[in-house]
Amino acid sequence: MPHLENMVLCREPQVSTLQALFGERHHFSFPSIFIYGHTASGKTYVTQTLLKTLELPHVFVNCVECFTSRLLLEQILNKLNHLCSSEDGCSTQVTCETFNDFVRLFKQVTKAESLKDQTVYIVLDKAEYLRDMEANLLPGFLRLQELTDRNVTVLFLSEIVWEKFRPNTGCFEPFVLYFPDYSIGNLQKILSHDHPPEYSADFYAAYINILLGVFYTVCRDLKELRYLAVLNFPKYCEPVVKGEANERDTRKLWRNIEPHLKRAMQTVYLREISSSQWEKLQKDDTDPAQLKGLSAYTHVELPYYSKFILIAAYLASYNPARTDKRFFLKHHGKIKKTNFLKKHEKITSLVTLQLLTLVGHDDQLDGPKYKCTVSLEFIRAIARTVNFDIIKYLYDFL
Amino acid sequence: MSSRKSKSNNVIHAEYLSQVQRILRERFCHQSPQSNLFGVQVQYKHLIELLKRTAIYGESNSVLIIGPRGSGKTMLINHALKELMEVEEVSENVLQVHLNGLLQINDKIALKEITRQLNLENVVGDKVFGSFAENLSFLLEALKKGDRSSSCPVIFILDEFDLFTHHKNQTLLYNLFDISQSAQTPLAVIGLTCRLDILELLEKRVKSRFSHRQIHLMNSFGFPQYLKIFKEQLSLPAEFPDKLFSEKWNENVQCLMEDRSVREVLQKHFNVSKNLRSLHMLLMLALNRVTTSHPFMTAADLMEANQLCSMDSKANIVHGLSVLEICLIIAMKHLNDIYEEEPFNFQMVYNEFQKFVQRKAHSVYNFEKPVVMKAFEHLQQLELIKPMERTSVNTQREYQLMKLLLDNTQIMNALQKYPNCPTDVRQWATSSLSWL
Repeated sequence: MPHLENMVLCREPQVSTLQALFGERHHFSFPSIFIYGHTASGKTYVTQTLLKTLELPHVFVNCVECFTSRLLLEQILNKLNHLCSSEDGCSTQVTCETFNDFVRLFKQVTKAESLKDQTVYIVLDKAEYLRDMEANLLPGFLRLQELTDRNVTVLFLSEIVWEKFRPNTGCFEPFVLYFPDYSIGNLQKILSHDHPPEYSADFYAAYINILLGVFYTVCRDLKELRYLAVLNFPKYCEPVVKGEANERDTRKLWRNIEPHLKRAMQTVYLREISSSQWEKLQKDDTDPAQLKGLSAYTHVELPYYSKFILIAAYLASYNPARTDKRFFLKHHGKIKKTNFLKKHEKITSLVTLQLLTLVGHDDQLDGPKYKCTVSLEFIRAIARTVNFDIIKYLYDFL
Repeated sequence: MSSRKSKSNNVIHAEYLSQVQRILRERFCHQSPQSNLFGVQVQYKHLIELLKRTAIYGESNSVLIIGPRGSGKTMLINHALKELMEVEEVSENVLQVHLNGLLQINDKIALKEITRQLNLENVVGDKVFGSFAENLSFLLEALKKGDRSSSCPVIFILDEFDLFTHHKNQTLLYNLFDISQSAQTPLAVIGLTCRLDILELLEKRVKSRFSHRQIHLMNSFGFPQYLKIFKEQLSLPAEFPDKLFSEKWNENVQCLMEDRSVREVLQKHFNVSKNLRSLHMLLMLALNRVTTSHPFMTAADLMEANQLCSMDSKANIVHGLSVLEICLIIAMKHLNDIYEEEPFNFQMVYNEFQKFVQRKAHSVYNFEKPVVMKAFEHLQQLELIKPMERTSVNTQREYQLMKLLLDNTQIMNALQKYPNCPTDVRQWATSSLSWL
């Protein structure tokens, strides 16, 4: 189907396999089909597009959205009702609490004229969450054709391989179909497909080439790459817009964009800063080190004494006990004696923030023991704010 | 002239192929009632005799049909019930109740389902019963005919029988077996299960009421019979509209059966799993390749289908990982080799990775620690590595102990097929010695 090929790029073998599996409308198909592949390999998109283009009666449900069995079953029945009675407007909402009721109601709904003699497809996206729901759902859906005695096929889409789904006592084995990951050529083709109309396709393709050169070894997820492509394109076009270079000056464009992409890997790719902050950064050309990131240590504002308690806890946790004499004999004046009660409150608040954790049992006689669970970077940032050089006191850095 | 002829041939082919697809798909995908019984004649006779005794002579019975998944338990009972219902006096009298362990997950739902299937909902109405036993005996009383002397025999078929044993107190099973022992209503209880140790799951009081009659379906046919089954499953039935086409098709199937490469494929398949469901999957995959331009199945189709069936899915997932993630897996492999499968944490893997990168590896850039952490978390999301215990707040993420769920041969095989793998990464995989 040429129309389908334009909508779905680089997935022709999978589309033809699925089409062959579906067969003609009234033929029986395999009762359950399990499709697996990496995230953003097109499973959801291809299945949806194919079912819509061929106009086969189908219901699409996401198992993350419907995380209990009741939500899942009710949504399937309501959507089915909608399918067969599209002229009636809003039909009554169905309540369905157990899988037994679901089978009974499903048999009733599929008796409708518009669904008779056709295979009805139920697609369960993110099917790995089915394993955490009630134990009878997964085996039940695998056998739905047999249990309801109707022409229905259930498709499971997931990132996880089938072996991790199989229940202990076995089940009806589905037909397993693999959606291969995109090769670098395919990725280039797909990413170059959404080039903005103001620039030529070659210009954009060169940009994609550079982007893939930097990010391909780290990440092959199509969604991430598209996000990065969109965010960084304005910076790439900057020399052309400013008039410093024309579209074919690849070396100049590369020199402009490459450090920028490397910085993107440390910030936007890690979701340390949001995309709006990144766009602002590109416009103002400020140093990203000054930017207030989203990570933990820039957001925690501790009171003065709490910081010292945390530093002391870190030192106590990471320095062996015998070295304390070496470090602390002369610095008795550094930490002021505070009220005992206040100290206890501050410790509890640090535990709530999960910077300290309780170690050991409640029945220990010499008071509760704590452990410091922050990383070295965090404690260095804290120590810097109180002008305390923690490195001097750490055993491992001697 | 020849193009017109081939065009009309194509049209005829398309219609017949559509018929062929319909018949074969019904055979492979749907449990069509016309399927033959292969090698279970003895068990079938045993079952049908038992059912006849309940239906015609009013004797109560209980039996368990035990066999691995796909060995034909449901098919056997459906055949038996079909034959039974053909007898005149039986079809008017006997009632059937079909229960399934996957659907009726507790006894309350099971009771409602029994009421519904016996069409006694109006009779029960809004009555409230003290116990399960009362309710069940009320239902069975209601089935008694007018003169109160005899009552309709009921056949209970419990699919996924082992799931009923997990209900509280096994009430349903106890009551059903109890009634089958006492002479109130002629009752046949037939359980279908895949667990060989089903009797261990029954409580003592339930076990004592069970008649201990078991029918085993063990797929006990050999390879020559498997070949015969293959031929029968693919052949078109005699009722096919066009005799010429069906003869050609069946001849083709005979040729396939005698072909050596096809025999090898079937032998491999038979060695892995004897049951007919996996054979149906293979045939279905091969059937997908039959189109109007390729009207007859060939040996190549079957070989392709076999390849698709026996793919290693984890290797496929490893094929789609990024280079950084592959490096992490290789680092974990080396840690497993050195420390003999002891669990590791992210910091250990990162140190191993650093050792590789600092050894003048030009192809892999020395990424920042958070970037490597993101790759590590992606592997965790794909369930290629698993934490030893549930994530707790007591330990930091980098120090949580993990296990790798791939073994060395899988990793090496996957690396060979990995596209554009940098040479030093590949060399690193084969040996971790630092002076290389």
